Amino acid sequence: MFNALTTLQLQEYWWFLTALLAALFVFMTFVQGGQSLLWTLAKTETQRDIIVNTLGRKWELTFTSLVMFGGALFASFPLFYATSFGGAYYVWMAILFCFIIQAVAYEYRKKPGNVFGEKTYEVFLFINGSLGIILIGTALGTLFTGGHFIINEMHLSHWTTKTYGLEAVLSFFNVAFGFMLFFLARLSAALYFINAVDDASILSRARTVLKYESWIFLILFLYVAGSILTMNGYTYDPKTMVVSVEPMKFLHNFEAMPAVAGMFAAGVLSLLAGLYMGAYTQSDKGIWPAGVGIVLTVTSLMLILGYNHTAYYPSLSDMQSSLTIENSASSRYTLIAMSYVSILVPFVLGYIILVWRAMNREKITADEVENDPHHY
Amino acid sequence: MHHIDPSLIDWSRAQFALTALYHWIFVPLTLGLTFIVAIMETIYVKTGNAWWKKTTKFWMGLLAINFAIGLATGIIMEFEFGTNWSNYSWIVGDIFGAPLAIEGLMAFFMESTFFAVMFFGWDKVSKRTHLLSTWLVAIGSNLSALWILIANGWMQHPVGMHFNPDTARNEMTDFWAVVFNPNAYTKFLHTISSGYVLASLFVIAISSWYLLKKRDIQFAKRSIMVAASFGLMVSLFNLTTGDDAARQVAINQPMKLASMEGLYKGKKGAEIVAFGLLDPSKTLKDNKDPFLVKFAIPGGLSLLSYHSFDAYVPGIEDIVYGNKAHHIMSAAEKMQQGKKAVDALKAYKEAKKAGNAQEAKAALNVFEANSKYLGYGYLDSPEQTVPNVPLTFYAFHTMVGFGTWFILLFIIILYLTMTNELHAHRWVLWAGVWSLPMGYIAQEAGWITAEVGRQPWAIQDMLPVGMATSNIASGSVMLTFWMFAILFTALLIAEVKIMATQINIGPKEADHV
Repeated sequence: MFNALTTLQLQEYWWFLTALLAALFVFMTFVQGGQSLLWTLAKTETQRDIIVNTLGRKWELTFTSLVMFGGALFASFPLFYATSFGGAYYVWMAILFCFIIQAVAYEYRKKPGNVFGEKTYEVFLFINGSLGIILIGTALGTLFTGGHFIINEMHLSHWTTKTYGLEAVLSFFNVAFGFMLFFLARLSAALYFINAVDDASILSRARTVLKYESWIFLILFLYVAGSILTMNGYTYDPKTMVVSVEPMKFLHNFEAMPAVAGMFAAGVLSLLAGLYMGAYTQSDKGIWPAGVGIVLTVTSLMLILGYNHTAYYPSLSDMQSSLTIENSASSRYTLIAMSYVSILVPFVLGYIILVWRAMNREKITADEVENDPHHY
Repeated sequence: MHHIDPSLIDWSRAQFALTALYHWIFVPLTLGLTFIVAIMETIYVKTGNAWWKKTTKFWMGLLAINFAIGLATGIIMEFEFGTNWSNYSWIVGDIFGAPLAIEGLMAFFMESTFFAVMFFGWDKVSKRTHLLSTWLVAIGSNLSALWILIANGWMQHPVGMHFNPDTARNEMTDFWAVVFNPNAYTKFLHTISSGYVLASLFVIAISSWYLLKKRDIQFAKRSIMVAASFGLMVSLFNLTTGDDAARQVAINQPMKLASMEGLYKGKKGAEIVAFGLLDPSKTLKDNKDPFLVKFAIPGGLSLLSYHSFDAYVPGIEDIVYGNKAHHIMSAAEKMQQGKKAVDALKAYKEAKKAGNAQEAKAALNVFEANSKYLGYGYLDSPEQTVPNVPLTFYAFHTMVGFGTWFILLFIIILYLTMTNELHAHRWVLWAGVWSLPMGYIAQEAGWITAEVGRQPWAIQDMLPVGMATSNIASGSVMLTFWMFAILFTALLIAEVKIMATQINIGPKEADHV
């Protein structure tokens, strides 16, 4: 089945899967957004418990999505894995630090004898939900703006700045990208709480968050989207593989791929509809159009980043070292083998959806949390 | 190729070892305890006896505490291949990335999805669905071990690939050879069964402590019965898989085997050292006896390695300096061929760049003729092929010694439990308590044997660690090493304290764990 595809088609298939994983991860960062809202939405200990326990049933899925995103990149685009992780060292290490402290925070927060106290673990959750997401967003921003790396004739890479990736924060676009993701995570968290929690005061505050922070997000989104559509991109000649600068490359990519442009437009509209439902109606279903919108929007942005002969990770130190889906991918054999493995994806998504529905059938209440023998 | 700062290699190794050693404190318990919990819940569902539900919940609570920190230390390991072993990620990523991705897809999602049902779904799904979820968490965590050990097994015995000079990397040519690598399966079976042994020791230690304190008697006795039965079965299995694993080492990593046994000079009918103290002043070719004291079984190593008392087992010096009588090529000869391959690869790339097809073809021919020992071309001296012998030797013997003791312990406890005399033998109960730290030491010793014993190779005979690191400043790695050392230690302290507190609270309060 996959043997019939050309090598480029296999690379595009894997870029699509990577894009989809990135999009699902961004949707699942409502967990992080919720953590950053802990003290905003909860004013009593019981309310904090409700928030933490609501997110506590989903945090591992987000964590796994991130790990899976890394694993898929390693298997399909190992040169990106080697270049970005091994070069932008401090940024990735800081991100990992933020996720390590999250992993223990849920389980240890309320346990007697937890050494550091409940508040420390809540701070861990806040750091993960704020700094962790802003850093991930900043790192994703560099896919558009580039990194300072050189790849030699043996395909071995090195970073050319001694700040090893921290210089990414000097780009306003990268930081705006990071904050955009941060506010998006908070908004989707507010929508998720409206859907999953039965506590009037938390819901009221969640709707207030949606009313005000939606505007902050929209300003950031307009800036980021406008920048992407008007910025210089890096294109390559499919025959010579020579990389060159192309003004408004990403806008051209949308023009060249109208289906992707349609996906982007549908995604944005769906997201806006979800935000409107949460902020200005009494509906508790806003998370679903917003979630679909996030997945469509992020997937389409990733597709214009990697498709249509675009360098998805430009090098600011040596343009010809820029990464494309063609020069950074695994071999044809490995891509085919992994493509057969990817047939499992619908089954995995299927059982996740089934379990999600079973666990979310009833809204979480204070009573349930306090009487749950394993509450966080 | 290029010069790599030795301190960068050391710090990169130190950071990976730190992460792996911490990770390996938690993972084996998860591997085994998930099954013990699943067995207990199965008894609950079959009998309808609420007491088993309570018992299940107690052990499940302890599992959750352990599981969380296992995840915390696990995420960083995957990404460290990129952050600290960037060259590695390119040179073998085409093969190595696949099992990691499959692990994520097949195992991690299963674990994380059903973990939520296992802990929060008691009143949300039916009894049978809950039981299925618990079993799926157990299967998922063991599937995760399978794929990561397929990846690790490939590092120990690389198969199913060829080196592509155009991309300057190894590329997969046979997915099934990678998946069914015999080295991976012996490692997998030995590793998971050792995890089951540790989980059994964990349950026995806590239950023994309750019996010593004369509290939660019924709970402790029943838990011990399950753990000792399970423990005896899996420890015997562990013994046989250890035997298989040793044979794989003998075939594919003779230097590791020689280091595990402190065997400097090869011989027929090689003895196996049951107990020994190495002479710290021993060096290669000094003709000194490597041991100050030893108790050895004649022919044991030959039997273990090749199933024959008379088989020849090569020693460290034979592998380093060669042994013509036994057709063993010296490391110096391999280095010579390796350096030819390195130079030919460089010449090939230059000729291709210059568009000189004839020179490129000639260089490629030289490369192909010498590429078998490409990895040796990056070494500076033949002696570099020798790992840290004392560390490998003592780690291996600690693992084996403790493992043997655990079998004996399980037999004694099972016998005394069946005759209902266990509570009367306090020394056995204390042995049960103290065997738990021994179990953890054996686990770490196993990791040290497997990983230190194969140094200096990141990929056996193919890629030395010095060639595999990221090209970053050693100071940066040193900084993150200390950051993680402090963080992991702090989290470990919290984990132990929480676990101890929960154990002290006990199963009576299981509903509030």
